[in-house]
Amino acid sequence: MNKARRNPVNLIAAHGILIAYTLIALFPVFVILINSFKTRKAIFREPLALPDADSFSMIGYQTVLKQGDFFGYFQNSMIVTVVSLTLILLFGAMAAFALAEYRFKGNTLMGLYLALGIMIPIRIGTVAILELMVSTGLVNTLFALILVYTAQGLPLAVFILSEFMRGVSDDLKNAGRIDGLSEYKIFFVLVLPLVRPAMATVAVFNMIPIWNDLWFPLILAPAEATKTLTLGSQVFIGQFVTDWNAVLSALSMAILPVLILYVIFSRQLIRGITSGAVK
Amino acid sequence: MTALKLTGVCKTFGKVKVLHDIDLTVEEGEFVVFVGPSGCGKSTLLRVIAGLEDATSGSVEIGGQVVTDVPPAKRGIAMVFQSYALYPHLTVKGNMALGLKQAGEDKALIEDRVAEATRMLDLAPYLDRRPAELSGGQRQRVAIGRAVVRQPKLFLFDEPLSNLDAALRMNTRIEIADLHRKLDTTIVYVTHDQIEAMTLADRIVVLRAGRIEQVGSPMELYNDPVNQFVAGFLGAPSMNFVPAGVLGKTAATAGIRPENIRIAADGQMAATITHVEHLGGDTNVLARLDSGEPITVRLFGQHAHEVGDAVRLGFDEAHLYLFDDTGARVR
Repeated sequence: MNKARRNPVNLIAAHGILIAYTLIALFPVFVILINSFKTRKAIFREPLALPDADSFSMIGYQTVLKQGDFFGYFQNSMIVTVVSLTLILLFGAMAAFALAEYRFKGNTLMGLYLALGIMIPIRIGTVAILELMVSTGLVNTLFALILVYTAQGLPLAVFILSEFMRGVSDDLKNAGRIDGLSEYKIFFVLVLPLVRPAMATVAVFNMIPIWNDLWFPLILAPAEATKTLTLGSQVFIGQFVTDWNAVLSALSMAILPVLILYVIFSRQLIRGITSGAVK
Repeated sequence: MTALKLTGVCKTFGKVKVLHDIDLTVEEGEFVVFVGPSGCGKSTLLRVIAGLEDATSGSVEIGGQVVTDVPPAKRGIAMVFQSYALYPHLTVKGNMALGLKQAGEDKALIEDRVAEATRMLDLAPYLDRRPAELSGGQRQRVAIGRAVVRQPKLFLFDEPLSNLDAALRMNTRIEIADLHRKLDTTIVYVTHDQIEAMTLADRIVVLRAGRIEQVGSPMELYNDPVNQFVAGFLGAPSMNFVPAGVLGKTAATAGIRPENIRIAADGQMAATITHVEHLGGDTNVLARLDSGEPITVRLFGQHAHEVGDAVRLGFDEAHLYLFDDTGARVR
């Protein structure tokens, strides 16, 4: 901000609001974290107290690691999220490029059709999807989840990315054509790097719902070998008794990978890389 | 030999016809400039020649071969864009070498060509930089270098100077003229700036609304325009047009260039000065005829005229151009 326009009152107000929001947003995470390191009694006696010598306990983590195949679930979640995201970004960007770059009959109609999925929740089709998976023998495979999540993520990806693709300089693409680059090479080498911030946005938007989803893993892949982390954590939540230590520990560990992925993507979000390409 | 031949080229976008039956022949080594107001189809025509747009009908021949259905990379052309369009992820050297690499040329040959272009355009200090680290003028030189290394049969320039500031524009203009002399290749150059057209071209093609209005050398077009549009488009300040009746002529419109009018006591027209521009070398006097038409007079040297002065304006009948009501020249 320009020094002449910097007003101390505004500055304090802005930072005050931002700090307040940060505290509110981080508070639940903080509570989960501190309580995951406490004994069961301490959790209920003083939920907001930090773990001390008396109340400190790793029992939650021990339970989680002993009961069930926690690392297996973890791996399943990771595979489903990463593969789905890759497919969403790849196919979404390709479709967006075609819509933005080529003039053909029904271009607008095709764009609308692809964007329709934003308005219709995919869960409405759950029964049909389940029937489909049963008859194709894909029930209880990670592949089923990957397919569903890819379908779920594509509409928004196409919608957002095609807007950004339109912003990529035509001259740059044409220069590539004159230099003999194939359309694929123009897409992968020239256009994709320029829309990287948009890709990161799409990735972040899609990653969290996929990672946290309970619905489709429960319906399509509830087998022990294909359980995702979210589904796996449910064993600790019973109808009558809930093992809060274990639940909180599992949640704490589940936060980490999403956090790491988010950090990776958000770096791309912030980085301005188009400067100097044209003009 | 013919470097470029366009026969009956038409282009429509949906229902809009952008190019109407363009016929044009460009000889080898010629510097041809397409000029016209924005939206006249000159850039579209260049894209059709490059193969970036398909012609709706008609044929394009480059170097004697019909290339209407040949992809851009195989047409033997190179293009320089208004926005430079350098590859942001490659260094200057990488930018220049990419086309040849794609064509599968020999490494030694690529090195040679890049080195030659580097020397020609003084790019040596920047070879390992990326486009983001270069100034506008340097980027445009790299873009030209990228075209030069391909050794094309035909160079296409799409308003290459529009993004440069005035001083740099003049320098780059001279560099391009110099380049044309050195390389001795055919250049097709698109611009909306008539000064670029006049200073660079061997032949100018004036376009309006998707049609060729006139083709000829700069001085032919300047001295002998076929219609009012061409007459008004070339020359700065542009030609004065007044109803022919004011000068006692029978055509619809009479035109006279500002430099052909003099301020003299025995002049044919009475006028009042409304504005004076002192440019040092020239003085532009804007006046209003007593019959109401605005008129511009360009005087060489410095003159002390005041706004509000009543003057008489004289001209030589030989410098008068007459046009009918469709704008066509009456001879």
